[in-house]
Formats: sequence, structure tokens, C-alpha cells
Amino acid sequence: MINPVSRNIFRMFILILFQVLVLNNIQVSSFINPYMYVLFILLLPFETPRWLLLISGFAIGISIDLFVNTPGMHTSATVFMAFLRPYVLKFIMPHDEYESGTYPRLYYFGFTWFLKYSLVLVFLHHTFLFYVEVFRITFFFHTMLRVMLSTLFSVFLIILSQFFIYRKQK
Amino acid sequence: MRNLLRIIILYHFQILFIILEVISISLLINQNNFQKAQFLNITHKITGRIYKKINNTTAYLSLKKTNFRLAEENAKLKNIIERTYRSDEIFFFGEYDSLYHQHYFYTSAKVINQTVNKQRNFLTLNKGSNVGIRPEMGVVSQDGVIGIVVSVSKQFSTVISLLNLDFRVSAKLAKNNYFGSLHWNGKDYRKVKLDEIPYHIDVNKGDTVVTSGYSSIFPEGITIGTVSNSEVKGGNFYEIEVDLSVDFKSLVYVEVIGNLQRKEQIELEESTND
Repeated sequence: MINPVSRNIFRMFILILFQVLVLNNIQVSSFINPYMYVLFILLLPFETPRWLLLISGFAIGISIDLFVNTPGMHTSATVFMAFLRPYVLKFIMPHDEYESGTYPRLYYFGFTWFLKYSLVLVFLHHTFLFYVEVFRITFFFHTMLRVMLSTLFSVFLIILSQFFIYRKQK
Repeated sequence: MRNLLRIIILYHFQILFIILEVISISLLINQNNFQKAQFLNITHKITGRIYKKINNTTAYLSLKKTNFRLAEENAKLKNIIERTYRSDEIFFFGEYDSLYHQHYFYTSAKVINQTVNKQRNFLTLNKGSNVGIRPEMGVVSQDGVIGIVVSVSKQFSTVISLLNLDFRVSAKLAKNNYFGSLHWNGKDYRKVKLDEIPYHIDVNKGDTVVTSGYSSIFPEGITIGTVSNSEVKGGNFYEIEVDLSVDFKSLVYVEVIGNLQRKEQIELEESTND
């Protein structure tokens, strides 16, 4: 078993590279911009201290920003999302508490739970990101449509990846 | 003290969140031009209104001096007009639209806010896109060059001052037309530096420095200042210190210069470069 810290760091690098090298080059339309790197925040273990959560969000956000040359944009959105993660987890808790030894994964808590979990957080992240990107109120509904379509697409990718990667384990 | 520490430990999550968000938002605003312009636009709408109020009152205090300057400038302008009319007959009798010959147009505006004590100084003017001011127009006063318009809202515009580390303008010595690059070194609001003048030129104290007109922003020959000190420091170029003719601390009225043929000039230059 690999050490969980190095496993998470490895996952972070893979996700950054996948986002920058693959997803950012797929330009379906201006309405669909999937940002899958937020999966990193989604998959951090339950026991992660909350300050580390924010620092991780900051780290991955600023790495993405450095690649796409928009300092602060992804950083602020990802920190925002990391901040909300504990509250969302508490809100959609299946039983009394998350058992120790489990991770926020699809195969531990089932499809519905994971869909809810990722949909809420990705939506919050995308809302923050897209509104910061346009930075004005005039295109409100246009931006809302972009947020929704991109959220659907990102969540689709995230869930797909879960089926692919974790299918064989237990 | 102990209570404070306890609060910090208790709310470390929220505090860290706020710190990180502030860092990233300030990065966002400082590093991304669009967001910066948008942010300035909104703040200008608010601050511009306040400054306008303040200025309406304080303008009375310098009324006498301003009046005197206006009268002086009027006289100067009248001289220029008479001279132009006699020398340029086509202007009257040609079949072209008079606009065709007019190269620059001037709009007067009032300075409603400005700084001189920062490293990057800006001015705010009380006119904006509603009278045709656009970014990249030059700004001068009757004494000389002030800066270049960077962003405009409907009622206001901001001008990057000559006293800004990011500002560079092409300037030349009036007596022999050798040109160089003029910039501020961030120290004294009355002095700027002129570089790239080759060392074999004769430069004396008191020589006039004017705009070169190469940038298509300023017309040729607008005063910037006079040479106060010059020395050759390594290399082949002079390092010239220029005393500004404009006193930035007493600016009230300025003129914004639009170049009517700028677009044509730039398009031609770009197509030549390609």
C-alpha cells in the first residue's frame, strides 16, 4: 500500500496534467468548459485536517492558474470549494457519521450519494469560477447557463473516472 | 491575549479561508487586466462622484490662478489660429472636408483626482466616453505632457501619469531632433530621465525636450521640460535628467488629444511590418 500522502500528491499531479493537457484543449463550445481537477478535493480523505483542505485547494488552484495564466481565478474558486466541503459532507451524511477506514468514494457510499456530493461541490466551484471570470452582473443568465452545462459535463467526467479507476478494487 | 489565541485556534478554518481568498482575489485583480479594469470601473463610478463633489468646492480656491492661466492660454491660441489660417489656404478653399486636414483634436477636461507621491501615479478626469475620450489618447496641459488615458467610463477617465514607472514616451531634443525614451525613475515628481541619446551629441543645461510625435499619441513638439543635468555613464548613451515644465501638484485643467489619423497610421505601419 502506498502512503496516502504521496498517493494524493500523485493524484494531484495527474489531475493537473490531465486538465491542462487534455481538457483545456477540448473546446466544444463556449458553454462547456469542464474542470475536472476539482476531483482532487472531492477525493481527499475524511480525516484531512480542515486547514490542510484549504491549503490543498490553494495549491491545486494556483498550479492550474499558472498554466492557464489567470493568477487567482482558479485559486479563489478552489479555496472556496475546499472551504465548503466539510459543510456539504455534514449535510449529505448518510448515517450518523462517516465510518473510519472509509473514503469519499463511489463504491463506499453508492452512486446517489456520490452524485449528490460531487454535483453540489462542483456546482459551487463552477458558479464561483465563472462569475469571477466574467466579473460583471450583466451576463447573469448567460453565465448561469454556462455554469450549469459545464457542471453537468464535469460531474459526468468525474463519475465516469470513478467507474473506470475503482472498478476492480473490492 | 490568551482569549485572542483561543479564538484564532477555534476559528482557524474560517480565518485561513479568508486569508487565502484575499490573497487569490488580490492576485486576480492585480494580475488580470480585464478584472482590473472592471474593478477600477466600478470603484471609479463611486469615488469619481465623491471627488467631483470635493473638487467643485476646492476649485474656487484656485480660481484666480486658473483664470490667469486660461487668459494666457487664450492669447497663445489666438496667435496660433491666425497664423494657421494665413499659411494654410487649402484649409479654407479646398474642396475637402475641413476634418480631412485636421490631424489632432483637443478636448478640455478637469483633473478631479490625482497622486504624485506613489510609484505608479494616475489622474482622474471629469470627462469620459460621453465626449469621445478613448483609451490611448494623450493628455497635456498648457505647460506640457501629462500622460495617456488608460481607461474610460461614461463620465470619467483615468490617465496614467508621466510620473508612473510603467510610463514611457518618445521624446527628442528640440534643437537637433535626436530622440530617445523618456521615463520617470520614481524619486522626484519634478524630474524625469531621458535615455538613448547618443553621446556624440552636444547636450547643454537648459536645452528643451519635446515630444517626438513618433508614438501617434502626442503631436510633435509639445514641451516636456528642460535638461538640468547630463552625463555619459558607460556605453554610448547620455543619461539626461530633465526638469519637468509641468507642476503636477497644481494641475487643474488639462487637454485630451485625439489623433484623427491614428488608426490609418497604425494600420499602414502594421501592414508594412507584416
